[in-house]
Amino acid sequence: MSDANILLVDDEQPFVETMTKRLEKRNYKVNAAFSGYDAIKILEKESQVEVVILDVKMPGKDGIGVLQEIKQKYPLIEVIMLTGHATVESAIQGMKLGAYDYLMKPCDMNELVAKVDEATGKKRAHEEKIVEARMKRITGTRI
Amino acid sequence: MEENNQKPRSPYYRSLMRRMVAVVIVVSFTPMILITWGFLYQFKILYHEKVYAHLEELVQKHQQNIDVFLKEKLADVKFLATNFSFDQLSNEQFLKQKLISLDKEHGPVITDLGIIDEKGIQLAYAGPFKLEKANYEAADWFRKSILSEYYISDVFLGLRGHPHFIIAVRNENEEQSWLLRATINFEAFNSLVENLRVGTTGFAFILNREGKFQTKPSINITETQAKGYLKEYMQLKDNRSITEESHLNGQPIIHVSSLLKNEEWLMIFQQNASDAFRDFIHARRIALVISFVGGCAIITMAFLMSRRMVKIIAKRDEENKMMNQQVIETGKLASIGELAAGIAHEINNPVAIMVEEAGWIEDLLEEEEFQNSKNMEEFRRALTQINTQGKRCKGITHKLLSFARKTDSRVHDVEVNALITEIVGISAQMAKYSNINIETEFEEGLPYIEISPSEMQQVLLNLINNAIYAMEKTGGTIKIGTKLSQLEKDHIVIIVEDNGPGIPESNLPRIFDPFFTTKPVGKGTGLGLSICYGIIQKMGGKIDVHSAVDSGTRFRIWIPFQKEDQQSTKHESNA
Repeated sequence: MSDANILLVDDEQPFVETMTKRLEKRNYKVNAAFSGYDAIKILEKESQVEVVILDVKMPGKDGIGVLQEIKQKYPLIEVIMLTGHATVESAIQGMKLGAYDYLMKPCDMNELVAKVDEATGKKRAHEEKIVEARMKRITGTRI
Repeated sequence: MEENNQKPRSPYYRSLMRRMVAVVIVVSFTPMILITWGFLYQFKILYHEKVYAHLEELVQKHQQNIDVFLKEKLADVKFLATNFSFDQLSNEQFLKQKLISLDKEHGPVITDLGIIDEKGIQLAYAGPFKLEKANYEAADWFRKSILSEYYISDVFLGLRGHPHFIIAVRNENEEQSWLLRATINFEAFNSLVENLRVGTTGFAFILNREGKFQTKPSINITETQAKGYLKEYMQLKDNRSITEESHLNGQPIIHVSSLLKNEEWLMIFQQNASDAFRDFIHARRIALVISFVGGCAIITMAFLMSRRMVKIIAKRDEENKMMNQQVIETGKLASIGELAAGIAHEINNPVAIMVEEAGWIEDLLEEEEFQNSKNMEEFRRALTQINTQGKRCKGITHKLLSFARKTDSRVHDVEVNALITEIVGISAQMAKYSNINIETEFEEGLPYIEISPSEMQQVLLNLINNAIYAMEKTGGTIKIGTKLSQLEKDHIVIIVEDNGPGIPESNLPRIFDPFFTTKPVGKGTGLGLSICYGIIQKMGGKIDVHSAVDSGTRFRIWIPFQKEDQQSTKHESNA
C-alpha cells in the first residue's frame, strides 16, 4: 500500500508545521491548512487527498462545519478529528456526521499514524468497490 | 445584606419588635377605645334621657296627685259650704258630724272645720283644738280668703303652733259673708310628697313663693339654698324643668322641679346623679374593667406575637444569608470552573506543540548521522521525559476540563464511582503534599443516582478538603467507599473516612451549622459543611458524622436511587 495523501488542518501554525514534517518523514504526502476555509480551498485543488486530520476548535469555520462540508462534497474522504478537550458530545457529534475517528491532543504519533493508515485502507477499499461495481456495470452492459 | 451579624437580640431586631408591638397596640386599641367610648357615650345619653324622662314623669304624676288632692279637698269643703246653710253649719254638733263623715270617707286628712264670720271670729269649730271664738281677723289667710271665693293657704304655724294649711271657702247669706275653713292634716299632705322617694338619695319637697318649705324635706336644706332654687325655678317658662348641677360637695345633683297649685308652689325633686345613674355607672365600670383586661391581653399578645414573629424573621434572615452565601459559593465554583476550562484549553495547544516538536527531534535522531553520537542515550531519555511530562499535562488539563464541565446544577444520571474517581484525581495532588493517601473502595455495579454532578462534586470536595486540612501536619489516610446501604432501602451510601485528629464532642452537634468554623479568622467561612448539608437535603438524602478525638472522623452520605427495575435498562446501556 502506497503512503496516503493527507490534509492537516489546525489553526496552530507551529503544530501544523512540525506535524507536517513528522508525517512527511514517514513518507506521507501532507498538505497543510491553517483554517477551515483554507482546507476547503485545498481540497478543491488537490483531488488526491485521502485523509483529513481536522482540529475541532478553530476560529472562523470550525471543525464540525468543515467536516460537514467535506462529507457533502467528497464523501469518500475520511476525516480524523483532533479535539483539544475530551468532550464526548463533540466527539459523538463528529462521529455521527461521518468522521472516521477522533483523537485527543496532544496525541501519540504512533496512534495517529495507525489511525491514518486504517482510514486510508478503508477509503481505498471503498474506492476499489466502486471501481469494481462500475467495471461490472460496464462489462455487464456489454455482454 | 447588612454588614453586621444580626442576632435576634441585636438593636435592629429590637427596634423591629418595638415597631411591631406599637403597630399592633395602636391598631387594636384605637378601634377598641373608639367603640367603647362611642357605646358608653351613646348609652350614657340614652340612659340619661331615660332617667330624666322617668323622673319627669314621676314628678309630673306627683304634681298632678297633689293638685288633685288639693282640688278634692277644696271640692269637699265647697260641697259643705254650698249645700248647707250658715245656720246649719254654725251648729257645732252638725259640724262635728260632717267632720266625722269626711274622716270616714277620706281618712284623717281634714283635721278640723270652722265657720268664721266676716269679722274673723270663729263662730263654730269642730276639731281636736280648743279654737272656739278664735279671732282670725289679723291672719293673713283670712284677709285673702274673705276677698276671694276660695283660698288655699301656705303652710303656717297659726294659733295652734303646729304646721298646717287651710282651705277656706267663702259663702254669703242675706246678712253677711262667712267662711268655711278646713285644716289639712300636715302629716297626710306631707306623706304625698314623702312617698316620692327614688333610690337612696332621691326625695322631693315643696316650696312656696317666699321660699318656705311646704313639706318637710328628708335631709337638711337651708332656707337660703331653698330660696336659691326658688329664684331659678320661678322664672321657668315651662311648668317643669330638669337640671344637673354641681353640689357643694362636688357631687352632681339632679333637680326636677314643677309648679303646682296655680303656680304658687314649687315642687322640687332632687337626687344625686351617682344614685340616679347607678345602673349606668355600674355598666360603665364593667365595660371599663373588660376594656382594661382586654387591653392587658392585647398588650401581652402584641409582645408575645411580635417576639415570635421577630424570631421567625431573624431565622429567615439567617437562612437567607446562608442561601446567599451558598449562591455566591456556587457561583464562585462555576466561575472557577470556567476559568479552569479556559486555562486548560489554552495550555493544551502549546503542550501539544511541545510534544510534537519533541517527537520531531526524536524522528530526526533516527537518522544515521546521529546514531553514533556520544549522548544519544541522553537525548532519548530527555525526549522521553518531555513526552511523559506532556502526557501529564494532558492528564491535568483533561481533569480540569471535566471538572469545569460539571459546574452546573442540572440533574442527570450519575455513576457515583466514576464521579468519585474524578474528584479523587483532582484532590490527590493536594493530598500528596500533606503526605495524605486517598484510598477508594467501591462496590461495583451500583445503580445510577439522579443528582447534579457538580453539587455532588462540591460536597465530596468539601469533605475531602476538610479531611486534608485536618491532617495537614500529621499526614494520614482518607478512605472513600461506596456501597448499597443496608440501613436505608434504595439508598447508596458514600463513606468518607479519615484517621486524623477527629472532632471534639462539644463541636459535633454544631458542625453543620452555618458560620460555625474552627479555622482561624479569614481562613474559613464556616459554610462548607452547612452547604453540604443543604445540598444533600435537597437531593433527598442525609448526612451524618461520627468522630472520636485522635482516631478519626467518618462522614456518611445516603443518596436515594430509583427502583432497580426502573433503571436496569439505563444501567445496561450505559455499561
